[in-house]
Amino acid sequence: MAGGVINRLRNGLWRDNPGLVQLLGLCPLLAVTATFVNGLGLGLATLAVLVASNALVSATRRWIQPEIRVPIYVLIIASLVTCIELIFKAWFPDLDRTLGIFVPLIVTNCAIVARAELYASRNPIGASILDGIAMGLGFAMLLMTIGAFREVIGQGTLFARMDMLIGGEPMRGLVLADQGWLLMVLPPGAFFSLALAIAAKNAIDRRRLESKAPIPRRARKLNR
Amino acid sequence: MEFQRREAPFLIPSVSVSSMMLQVLAALVPAAIAHVWFFGPGFILNLLVAAIFATAGEALMLGLRNRRPEAGLADYSALVTAALLAFALPSLTPWWVTATGALFAVVVAKHLYGGLGFNIFNPAMAGYVVILVAFPMHLNLWVAPRMGDLDYQHLTILQTLQFTLTGGLPDAISFDAISRATPLDVMKSGLNNARTAAEIRVIPIMGDFGGRGWEWIGNFLAIGGFWLMIRKLIRWQIPVGVGLGLLVPATVFYMIDPGSHASPGFHLFSGATILCAFFIATDPVSAATSPRGRLIYGIGIGLLIYCIRRWGSYADGVAFAVLLMNMAVPAIDSVTRPRIIGHNDRGDKRD
Repeated sequence: MAGGVINRLRNGLWRDNPGLVQLLGLCPLLAVTATFVNGLGLGLATLAVLVASNALVSATRRWIQPEIRVPIYVLIIASLVTCIELIFKAWFPDLDRTLGIFVPLIVTNCAIVARAELYASRNPIGASILDGIAMGLGFAMLLMTIGAFREVIGQGTLFARMDMLIGGEPMRGLVLADQGWLLMVLPPGAFFSLALAIAAKNAIDRRRLESKAPIPRRARKLNR
Repeated sequence: MEFQRREAPFLIPSVSVSSMMLQVLAALVPAAIAHVWFFGPGFILNLLVAAIFATAGEALMLGLRNRRPEAGLADYSALVTAALLAFALPSLTPWWVTATGALFAVVVAKHLYGGLGFNIFNPAMAGYVVILVAFPMHLNLWVAPRMGDLDYQHLTILQTLQFTLTGGLPDAISFDAISRATPLDVMKSGLNNARTAAEIRVIPIMGDFGGRGWEWIGNFLAIGGFWLMIRKLIRWQIPVGVGLGLLVPATVFYMIDPGSHASPGFHLFSGATILCAFFIATDPVSAATSPRGRLIYGIGIGLLIYCIRRWGSYADGVAFAVLLMNMAVPAIDSVTRPRIIGHNDRGDKRD
């Protein structure tokens, strides 16, 4: 069981990461990751929706007619997102204003529908919740990484405006430079950052593969 | 006994990449001299900065990709990219802006796509667009051209160097005293403020056709371009296409309503039209390849330049037009595939 848990987590965080490998949910990923706090906020919201929707879909999987399963998934996800949106409005009004339309748009995040369809609809509740946690964490980690990267280069700060999430006085965060490279805050910066993240992941994977099973020089030559 | 077998290409090209790039650089020399004459020594500094960073980026990427740096650097393509970028920049540009553009052009737009021959986008224009988006205020600082009859204050080479290195001017000189709006800017803001094109035309900076300085740089670029055409390094389709695409709508609109549209001559000689037609759009890697395709590609660029100048928010649209048409090149190439002898139009074999 413990091995299965670790395997699930590794799948969600790395091997089958929704953003890096499946390339799902790119719209929020590209649109809101201008700063770390935005990425963290949307990542947590997506994580919560993903866990809850996986649990609900898995719990009701015996009663859902296969012909209308996708509308029902959308219905479940939409009600959950509405809850999250109301929570945001009640407790994090500043963050809600910054993220704007992208909180309700979690409904259309295909990573969530994909997990409902591919995993939760054919696995028991416990495993589905675990899968939701793993995939949600993987997505949130990517949002935070890209958010931090773009914030550092684009604005010269890190963790600015964390007060939107944890309360208190407005925070400037760690100020690393007086001004940043504007391009990274603009939409092209999101594409560049995502491309760099995917390239880095592929490079790490390949290096690991090569160090695990070094192909003999001679054999490689013969293969050609 | 084994026969000697050779694989295609069987004809060895008479022009190597490096000699072609050198000839392109040579064709740019007259215009570069004109640029220095009209806008001061800043052009040389920009060219130096761009060349240093483009070459360094090229060497870095070739090293990372396990290629021999000498072989890649010897084709001079990084220098051509640097030269085209320097032509696009105002003569007063801080070095970090130029360096960003040159590095982006070579590292991202060229080598991340696979190096020379594989880049989808024109590297110089990709680099220019990045700095145009990232440092908008730095790319609007054009100094007034040298005019002869009208005397503006001009910077010495040391003052220019100081600006290039620090991004600031000597205390005694304010930027307003030496900078002028470009003719395209004057035309655009004038028309937006409900002035007629004829009223705008009489402003001295507008020159004879496309603005003092710019029109002469354009002439020298055209001389270089025709020389390249005579040497068959560029074909006629792309320059003619760009000219048609830009001038046909310009003429039609000018004839319908000359008050609120700039004349076709203005569009031809101002901004980067001629640079684009002969040197930027003709980049053999990122342009369409078939003869018909090249014509369509050129016309598309010309039309887009006109649309961006007339209805867009940027004063000149050459870089955006070229990048947009770069994206269309695979589609253009696939619909304009030349007919193979013995095959019909659809590419099937004839019975």
